Amino acid sequence: MASIYYYRWRRTKSHIMAALCFASALIALIPLFLIFYYTMSKGLSSINWSFFTQMPKPAGETGGGMANALIGTGILIAIGSSIGLPVGILAGIYLSAHRTTLFSRIVRFLTEVLNGIPSIVIGVVAYILVVIPMKRFSALAGGVSLGILMIPLVTRTAEEMLNLIPQSYREASLGLGISRWKTTLFVILPAAFKGIFTGILLSIARAAGETAPLLFTALGNRFWSTQLDQPIASLTVFIYDYSKAPFDDWNRQAWAAALVLIVLVMLINIIFRIVTRKRYA
Amino acid sequence: MISSTEEEIPNITSDAAKSSSLSGLLKPGGKNLGDFIFENTTRLFAFLVLSLVLLMAYEMFTKSLPSINRFGWSFISSSTWDPVHDQFGALPFIFGTLFSSLIGLMIALPLSVGIAIFLSELCPQWLEHPVSLLVELLAAIPSIVYGLFGIFVMTPWLRDTVEPFLGDHLGFIPLFTGPPYGFGMLAAGLILSLMILPIIASISRDVMKAIPGSLREAAFALGATKWEAIKIVLSGSKSGILGATLLGLGRAVGETMAVTMVIGNRPSISFSLFDPGHTMASVLANEFTEATSELYTSSLIEIALLLFILTIVLNAAARFIVWSVTKKYQAEY
Amino acid sequence: MLNTSEDIKVDDETVRMRTENLNAFFGRTQALKNITIAIPKNKVLSIIGPSGCGKSTFLRCLNRMHEEIGGTIKGEIFLGSQDIMNLDPVNLRKKIGMIFQKPNPFPTMSVSDNVTAGLRLNGFRNKKKLQEIVEENLIKAALWDEVKENLNQPGINLSGGQQQRLCIARTLAVNPEVILMDEPCSALDPISTAKIEELIKDLKKTFTIVIVTHNMQQAARVSAYTAFLYMGELIEYGKTLNMFTRPGKKQTEDYVTGRFG
Repeated sequence: MASIYYYRWRRTKSHIMAALCFASALIALIPLFLIFYYTMSKGLSSINWSFFTQMPKPAGETGGGMANALIGTGILIAIGSSIGLPVGILAGIYLSAHRTTLFSRIVRFLTEVLNGIPSIVIGVVAYILVVIPMKRFSALAGGVSLGILMIPLVTRTAEEMLNLIPQSYREASLGLGISRWKTTLFVILPAAFKGIFTGILLSIARAAGETAPLLFTALGNRFWSTQLDQPIASLTVFIYDYSKAPFDDWNRQAWAAALVLIVLVMLINIIFRIVTRKRYA
Repeated sequence: MISSTEEEIPNITSDAAKSSSLSGLLKPGGKNLGDFIFENTTRLFAFLVLSLVLLMAYEMFTKSLPSINRFGWSFISSSTWDPVHDQFGALPFIFGTLFSSLIGLMIALPLSVGIAIFLSELCPQWLEHPVSLLVELLAAIPSIVYGLFGIFVMTPWLRDTVEPFLGDHLGFIPLFTGPPYGFGMLAAGLILSLMILPIIASISRDVMKAIPGSLREAAFALGATKWEAIKIVLSGSKSGILGATLLGLGRAVGETMAVTMVIGNRPSISFSLFDPGHTMASVLANEFTEATSELYTSSLIEIALLLFILTIVLNAAARFIVWSVTKKYQAEY
Repeated sequence: MLNTSEDIKVDDETVRMRTENLNAFFGRTQALKNITIAIPKNKVLSIIGPSGCGKSTFLRCLNRMHEEIGGTIKGEIFLGSQDIMNLDPVNLRKKIGMIFQKPNPFPTMSVSDNVTAGLRLNGFRNKKKLQEIVEENLIKAALWDEVKENLNQPGINLSGGQQQRLCIARTLAVNPEVILMDEPCSALDPISTAKIEELIKDLKKTFTIVIVTHNMQQAARVSAYTAFLYMGELIEYGKTLNMFTRPGKKQTEDYVTGRFG
């Protein structure tokens, strides 16, 4: 009967579509593995102790390292965190305490807006706010751009983690005659600490991986510098500069630096997902 | 006797309908100094976030004024980008941003939806978390690493294998004309698709999983095949997937490093995928430090302003759609 | 307006707390209408009534927690002769403690830290005295023997019944005069429930207790006085024995005999 053949066709079609969906998952994951594979194979050979401890060598010479880039990224993240963490956590506390007011809704919306702004645009803002008045590129400007980037991430994580804490702890604490601010600071915040901490790590990982906002704020520096009012090297700009160069050795070093970056970022991401999955379980 | 249902205790920190956060400022709560300081400190920092966004918009606007006053609307319609003669038209970059993002979207969307369907409807339970994790890890790879991969692995492949193939077999379509550089629109579109795929996939998966199982059961009870049931779930997820797509698009237009490393950085408008191009983000990355005149810098900042507005509009639209979708589900289920 | 079948100075009973024309609102919705109740000293008062009748709201008015939720109060509530609406709520709650339906020891604190939380967070530092307080109140809460070997374990490691007794110890440590209990046993198994009811009978010698319960047998077991609330109004108030054997109002009778719930 015609209906049986039609049914068989519907079923076959179903199998085909399912296979296609499975295939798309594979297709998407192939580049992931490819990226890991190539980063490993092209970068591993250049990873050695001197890579982490030496300064870049002059153009054309082989060898050298990215010590200044590593410390530079560290300093930039420190500056960024000193802006992003306090603002983010305190704003997050406010948003968690006032969930429905108009002001909160506006701030929450703007936080999401800030989150969606491309990092290069944030670099432009940092340029306007810091580089122009200071009349020079500086680590400070780079740090400010990273800080602005971190604010929405930290705010969102702080708010979400605080919201997860059951209201009954707050009630119990207030019921004991503990004031509101002590309740938030000494009962609720410690309970949310683990989640917030890993969220902060995630935002640091994100900031560490940024290149665009640093290009015209911190600029870059082939020499060792830890001064806040001077341009400073960074891991990401190091990769960018060395990838553009015509020297094979430099290209290899770019891969090596990328390997370091990717391992760091992946580790933090995996930790974050494990910690937050446990909460939902 | 009576089954115990906990009396609805409202959220202890929610504000009553009447009280605005402003009143908390005017009368110091429970006569407690500590509460007053803490409350207003957190309020101050929340306000700081608000003022930061406003400050950003204001500063970018004022610094682009020289360019706005000089070029007006022709900034958007002119394709002459000539720093030497102080002539700045941003059309090539706007075109490049939209074209590359569109390509990225067209590649990423079917794949993302396929992945979302796989994770939500087809995947065995034990496989779901690892695969989701892997997809989300794709999102965590820094842009510069994608760029590196693009330069040294993808563009040679495009130049030596893909583009010649496409040019030979489909060269009659204007999309596939011109010499195969490897670098260019196609490279940019491909790398963008990789970067936005995780966003669209994970949000679409969440949207689909949120659809109640009873819908699928009803479909099966009527004799539907797996795919037919999926189609029903998909039709219910349409707006959520649209929102996810807008978010992905928002990410794509702002993507800088990976794009600038593979797109060729030439401010020209061409409809061939093989040709190099430029985007708003990549011109900022390349030329900002080289801007010699105030007009040059101002034009670049105006491009940043355009990008700022574009991403805000896309993100706001996406949030609005996602918000109205979740409201609908809360109301109906 | 008195809704009670007997006068407010109940049989020369000393009254620790009372409310007069207490009205409570959530925004525009009125949750309690003109409640006038006396809470006798060193006795247990049960508040009973069907779900949504306002029992928990009433309890939360007594320690001004209702306002923390964004509610408003009109009327007078007296602790002794003091209108508590004129007192600082934070300090008030050191005199009126609360136990909640679901046991909620602070998750990041050990057993002993939980007990002393109310004191430490208000500045009490003397470590030696704190240790004594831990032991003293765990004994009062009938939990000491079960945890004395391991006071440093996290509070949430204990079983449900033990956690509730820990919460009681925590409340006792602050030295209140009145203890409010919001369905303290409804999340517990029968054995833990029995232990806590025993504890309540013991505690009332030193404290004044108000307990909200949906379990009428429990009200009958532990309390001397009972108030029946329905739809935010006080329907009847009196000695527990009378309420259950010869209730004055038809509604009360219908409720206690299970005609509605």
